[in-house]
Amino acid sequence: MAPAQADLETEDTDLRWSRLMATAQGGDREAYRCLLGEILPFVRAIVARQHRMPDRAEDVVQDVLLTLHRVRHTYDPGRSFKHWLAMIARRRSIDALRRRLRLGSLEVSDDIAYETFADPRANRMIETREAGEGLRAAVAGLPERQRQALELVKLREMSLREASQASGISVAALKVNVHRALKALRARLKGERM
Amino acid sequence: MSDATERLIERLAGEAEPVRRLPPPLLRAGLWLLAVAAAFAAAVLLFADMPEFVRRARDPRQVVELAATVLTGVAATIAAFQLSLPDRSPLWSLLPLPALFLWLASSGYGCYSSFLALGHDDGSLAESSHCFRFIIGFSVPLAISLLVLLRRATPLSPGRVAAMGGLGVAAIAAFALQFFHPFDVTFLDLGVHIVAIGLVIAGMSLAERLSPAPQAA
Repeated sequence: MAPAQADLETEDTDLRWSRLMATAQGGDREAYRCLLGEILPFVRAIVARQHRMPDRAEDVVQDVLLTLHRVRHTYDPGRSFKHWLAMIARRRSIDALRRRLRLGSLEVSDDIAYETFADPRANRMIETREAGEGLRAAVAGLPERQRQALELVKLREMSLREASQASGISVAALKVNVHRALKALRARLKGERM
Repeated sequence: MSDATERLIERLAGEAEPVRRLPPPLLRAGLWLLAVAAAFAAAVLLFADMPEFVRRARDPRQVVELAATVLTGVAATIAAFQLSLPDRSPLWSLLPLPALFLWLASSGYGCYSSFLALGHDDGSLAESSHCFRFIIGFSVPLAISLLVLLRRATPLSPGRVAAMGGLGVAAIAAFALQFFHPFDVTFLDLGVHIVAIGLVIAGMSLAERLSPAPQAA
């Protein structure tokens, strides 16, 4: 098609839509229905520039139609209808894109959601449980004498004398074993975190 | 055509009552400005210190400042009405800028000259707070009436339209202040004016955001 002919057709379409809109503003429902049907490909083409997914794009197209309906009293038949419509379609399309980006930045995927909850208390509970499991595994990995000394003195909170009586190990040996156990645990847990 | 879109078109066509077209934005802006001018003229005749105003108006700098202030108000009001329509260029936002710069520059120059002449800035907080209350109080009824008119166009960028309207209202209030505040502006006054204008703009934007969505005519 020659460019001059294309321009002429664009002008014809603009004029036709402008007349249909002016009639629709007067309450002619048939003209309005006809106009909304005819402008769809034009609106879809504008929306498709920002929205590639067909479902999402169709939602935006419907939003453009609703907006056009709401602001139809602002159209001045002395001006280009195509320009008026294109500005509405572009504006609503960009608004929808911004809304989607804003929502996207607030959403988290399931994998991350498992580790991070919106409520800090929930995070603390998970972290405490995970830390407890790590500590239990580290204690189980200690040599028998160190594990026993630690359990009596630190976990059951016995005095050194009581622990010595209960286990038959001397107070000095208990002290040494508790010290070594704590040192080993500290090293192991620190290594895990790094 | 998707079924949902087809159903939507049927629904919208079924609901399409006749609508009353908005008059051209320039005409709407002009009518509002005329109404404000009439109310303002009445207030000036009743309450303003006219002899003092006439004496001060002999100073060319004062005339430039007054003209720039009222031009900012008029230009921002016209821009707000234009921007409220979907097919108008966002470049309308630039319309009040030249007058706004001239207004701020001449006010600033005025402050500087009186500072040099007196050797000190004799602004008092009591006088400045009077200006502040005047600008805010004068702006409230103007802002409400302008917001109602601007919302009739159900603007697609309501924040920008309300902010532009706020600038128009605040500039008109600052112009009116010149008739009731027969003093040279000090730096403190200028600062207070700028804060009051910022508050009016922010207030109008907030009111636009908080008020329910307007219905089509």
